[in-house]
Amino acid sequence: MISWMAWTLPVAIFFSTIGIILVCMTAYELYSPCVERKGFLPISTTRGDRLFIGLLASAYFHLTYVGLTDMSLWLPLGISVIWLAIVLRWG
Amino acid sequence: MIIKTENNKAWWLVLPVFLLVAFSAVIPLMTVVNYSVQDIFDQNNAYFVGADWYREVLRDPRLHDSLLRQFIYSFSVLAIEIPLGIGVALMMPTKGRMGSLCLILLAIPLLIPWNVVGTIWQIFGRADIGLFGWALNALGIDYNYASNTGDAWATVLLMDVWHWTSLVALLCYSGLRAIPEAFYQAAEIDRASKWAVFRYIQLPRLKSVLVIGILLRFMDSFMIYTEPFVLTGGGPGNSTTFLSQTLTKMAIGQFDLGPAAAFSLIYFLIVLLVSWLFFTTITYMDKAK
Repeated sequence: MISWMAWTLPVAIFFSTIGIILVCMTAYELYSPCVERKGFLPISTTRGDRLFIGLLASAYFHLTYVGLTDMSLWLPLGISVIWLAIVLRWG
Repeated sequence: MIIKTENNKAWWLVLPVFLLVAFSAVIPLMTVVNYSVQDIFDQNNAYFVGADWYREVLRDPRLHDSLLRQFIYSFSVLAIEIPLGIGVALMMPTKGRMGSLCLILLAIPLLIPWNVVGTIWQIFGRADIGLFGWALNALGIDYNYASNTGDAWATVLLMDVWHWTSLVALLCYSGLRAIPEAFYQAAEIDRASKWAVFRYIQLPRLKSVLVIGILLRFMDSFMIYTEPFVLTGGGPGNSTTFLSQTLTKMAIGQFDLGPAAAFSLIYFLIVLLVSWLFFTTITYMDKAK
């Protein structure tokens, strides 16, 4: 049934990770509802906003890296994970 | 003190929308991501290539050019249609039969399908059988949208303005009608000028409809395909070839599914970023007040 989706392992891991993040964020939101606040980002944000900004910025960082270099993607992936954690905590 | 817990059962009402979006958007998006990392020959022959297609697409000068053209086109459309739409809405009669007649006339271009709009303007702009092209040439203006880049751009832009300014005008008209009469009475007591009424009463009250108008027009113009395809076919040369035309050539014309999928995702990320920037800027301006 899903063969037409031409699944590959890295893409499956990518979407599973996004799914797990969303499930965890929902559970955390139910456990402790977030309040909009202002961190180092120029606008006040909710937890969901910060996740969106973190993921979008990571996508652009990856595109820039791929566009400019031929090196492995592990480096931008690592930087993106650190960046996401920083935005979620202090953004 | 008793703290009332929130009832979250209403979230179940969102489930049908969630399922619909998953079926129509999320699953196709996942498929496109899978395609973008593989070289696909047929259903049983697909080879993982990692980020190679992204590399190829991001370094392709044809795509850089069509991206630049697309941004110029979308921002030109916004720069013309938004002020023009506001102007038309301000000048429209507020009551009576004339008001209704104007609303109907404005709605007509919105009801015409894209390919028909392209065909109308393709004939309208021709110098031999089209009124617009013939009239310009009769006035001594050397106009030919099929061979001159400037003429082709002007015609494509004019066609979009003709087709979609009505949408902005209708949105602004509804926003203007929602302003309570007391605001205008207060302005009259203060002897406010027409400009002051527009600047301090009408424009701030139009902000929410303008957000919708700008977003709709940006996203729609950024994804434009049919009208320029029918009118100019992307020419002369590649001068009116926008992103969606380049993408279609790649995906359907050349059947390069991998690069086309990578390109679609980059396209999607651009639309997502610009729409988010517009939305955040305008809502944040509202909150800052």
